[in-house]
Amino acid sequence: MGAIEIDSLSKSYGNVRALDSVSFTVERGELFGLIGPDGAGKTTLFRLLTTLLNADEGSAKVDGFDIRADYLAIRSRVGYMPGRFSLYPDLTVEENLNFFAALFGVTVDESYDLIAPIYKQIEPFRKRRAGKLSGGMKQKLALSCALIHRPSVLFLDEPTTGVDAVSRSEFWDMLAGLKERGITILVSTPYMDEASRCDRIALCNEGHILGIDTPEGIVRGFDKRLYGISARNMFALLERARRVEGVEECYPFGEKHHLVASEEFDIERFKAEFSDVEDFEIVSVAPTIEDMFIKLMKR
Amino acid sequence: MRGNFLSFVKKESLHILRDKRTMLVVMLIPVVLMILFGFAISTEVNNINVAVVVSERTDGISDAVERLAQNDYFTFKGYISEDDIDPWLRSGKVGAVVVFASDFDRRKEQAAQGIDTKPIIQLIVDASNVNTAGSATAYLQSVLLGSASQQAMFETRMLFNPQMKSAYNFVPGIMGLIFILVCAMMTSVSIVREKEVGTMEVLLVSPVRPVKIIFAKMIPYFAISCIVLVTILLLARYLLGVPMTGGVWGIFSLSLLYLMLSLALGLLVSTIATTQMAALLISAMVMMMPILMLSGMLFPIENLPKFFRVVSNIVPARWYIDAVRKMMIQGLPIVAVWRNCVILLAMTVAILGVSLKKFNDKLE
Amino acid sequence: MSDIVISVRDLTKRFGDFTAVDRISFDVHRGEIFGFLGANGAGKTTAMRMLCGLSYPTSGSGSVAGYDVRTEGEKIKRHIGYMSQRFSLYNDLTVGENMRLFAGIYGLGAKQTEERTVELLDRLNFSSERNTLVGSLPLGWKQKLSFAIATIHRPEVVFLDEPTGGVDPVTRRQFWELIYEAAEAGTTIFVTTHYMDEAEYCSRVSIMVDGEVRALDTPARLKQQFSAESMDEVFSTLARGAQRGE
Repeated sequence: MGAIEIDSLSKSYGNVRALDSVSFTVERGELFGLIGPDGAGKTTLFRLLTTLLNADEGSAKVDGFDIRADYLAIRSRVGYMPGRFSLYPDLTVEENLNFFAALFGVTVDESYDLIAPIYKQIEPFRKRRAGKLSGGMKQKLALSCALIHRPSVLFLDEPTTGVDAVSRSEFWDMLAGLKERGITILVSTPYMDEASRCDRIALCNEGHILGIDTPEGIVRGFDKRLYGISARNMFALLERARRVEGVEECYPFGEKHHLVASEEFDIERFKAEFSDVEDFEIVSVAPTIEDMFIKLMKR
Repeated sequence: MRGNFLSFVKKESLHILRDKRTMLVVMLIPVVLMILFGFAISTEVNNINVAVVVSERTDGISDAVERLAQNDYFTFKGYISEDDIDPWLRSGKVGAVVVFASDFDRRKEQAAQGIDTKPIIQLIVDASNVNTAGSATAYLQSVLLGSASQQAMFETRMLFNPQMKSAYNFVPGIMGLIFILVCAMMTSVSIVREKEVGTMEVLLVSPVRPVKIIFAKMIPYFAISCIVLVTILLLARYLLGVPMTGGVWGIFSLSLLYLMLSLALGLLVSTIATTQMAALLISAMVMMMPILMLSGMLFPIENLPKFFRVVSNIVPARWYIDAVRKMMIQGLPIVAVWRNCVILLAMTVAILGVSLKKFNDKLE
Repeated sequence: MSDIVISVRDLTKRFGDFTAVDRISFDVHRGEIFGFLGANGAGKTTAMRMLCGLSYPTSGSGSVAGYDVRTEGEKIKRHIGYMSQRFSLYNDLTVGENMRLFAGIYGLGAKQTEERTVELLDRLNFSSERNTLVGSLPLGWKQKLSFAIATIHRPEVVFLDEPTGGVDPVTRRQFWELIYEAAEAGTTIFVTTHYMDEAEYCSRVSIMVDGEVRALDTPARLKQQFSAESMDEVFSTLARGAQRGE
């Protein structure tokens, strides 16, 4: 039995279909990532699974309990960190933690061993108001609060949005530590580069799942040749490359532009055609999750 | 689970204590209102300068003028001629002029014997302040006519407030207003704040029933309201000298009931509003306006058009203010207002029932 | 007019005894895409506010579009464009109404407003949506539209504060193409972002740590200097040394 089993869940707000018949299973102890932009339906899925919303169609089980019939049982088993900062900014770090412990009828001491690796980093500031913490520290406190009752499943809705790259990386290290303790984690993020930190990922967009696999598996699904091109004037290069026959797609990708080649693409002819371009370079590159996402979105 | 209930109360109290500005406002508003209404309004009939015009100083007129001169609320400025009336009033030297008819004594005698004739006294009053003019006129009449004919001339309404100190009437009104403000507005805003900030999501995804959290939320506000209640009662008694012969405990118990009703109203508002702004607006428009207009606080209910008189029946403050007035000013015991108590109790139960039913433990 | 559009020397901002921005100096050239990176709390926002004429520096000097940041804040505001992720457009107004509003704010005449509106809508391939409520547009469209509106008065510099947060990868790239296009046409772009791949799109990148500019160069040279594979690595190396949080 999976920790989370989702079977064709749908949810609409008025005319907007926020979630359209989504199905997948998260295994026990898995770190599962939902990757997609705003409006992909990530938050809606979290709210359905944490029993905050009722599904229009379909069903789901969390830790073996049905989200509709056994919603009270689910609520005492899961930890949830909503997308927004959801602590009391006017209470101190310690007061927040104590309150959430009381909410679940436990004491901080009982769960200290679990939260210690995270909480220790903010403990020196325990008398500080939560509203005065930095972005990274807020996340750590919110995670500590979500873990206080030793949940079996952890739902984290965009925990790293708006947080700088270093704090984001630290946050993923903490999640890896929690996974070691056997906690199932469902986490969403708009940052494609975070996908590699998950066991498996689901790429989602506009209420649909575009693909589910391990990060490596997703990338393997990219069945086209991919090149990176660069030149002194990157913008002119982009516009020119798009007009070349056999170039299916060309888009900016960091320091290079990625060029998706079709069957007819001939690299030698391409090189010859661009030989007059200053500092022109073309190399074969390995596709990333983001390349795959773009490919799936365009389909 | 009692332990965690207390920790919810503690958390809520911390929110309130940390928000010092709001706290100060809540504690100060009642005091300021009491002092404002108490003094600014009670002095309205104070120190009105009065001049008298007579053709002949008879015994009856001298008696009347004597009473006027001795009264604390009027200052007798002397006898003037008819030609002086206009300039004296215009220049503000006097606020009112009393003109006695030449056969004042004879007519007064007739009135005392039951013959239907009135003493001819003309009152010319500076009416630039309508309230002052109205009160001054009524009061002048009673002072000038003396005790003999007073009962025949004036309605009993004055009996319970012979000095026309309007602050008495305002105290129950202020109480009706303040408790809605503190309880309903503040609880609704604090519940809705949790929705807005996002903490409500986390609270809902916990095994504790939200109803429990909400009751824990009400307790500190109830406590604050009790402090405000005591403050108001103390100010009313010792600063404004409201008699409260009907018994303080009756007023206190009835007010506790009204507090609970206000809390229930706040809960109801919080189930409707999704933003703090909306909660404030609903509290202000839907609750404050009827209290100001339809509760008898500013305008007597008997004087309202029939439609509003009917509508006023569903305004809880109307029943509360009416009952407090009876106990505080007329000195009636709580049993005399049992009907108001029952109505308020029924309203509390109904509002609480509706809002608990409406309160959802999901987001939709 | 000189080639330097933004020039900053020892710009400092203190709040009490906290130095949010500590003697930063740099120049931004016309038509450059200048990436302004930093960890949370490094002082990016404060520095950007000073450059936009919203906040006075405690000491140091700076000029934006030829105007002094200490004395000519109002003039600066008229000559720059600004777009942030949070506030962009009025959801309850249509596309056209939003454009007219912002054209009005920047003092464009009726004729000019109409011209620019048509031109911008055309460039965005958006003419058919002129009477659509902004609130009903997808996020990616809104972002593109707010960029267009931020440039409606043809400013010399456009400040973009995390313009692509939460946007899907396809729209994000379309957005950057708009930026490239504007830069190509001579508009200077000053942009902050949390996406490190976007840092690579910039002509030059500065990285702030603890209120100071710790690194400033082209992405290629920065990677060389820190012997790093990507800008992500460069950023991490610098930001890990940060002493303070937000």
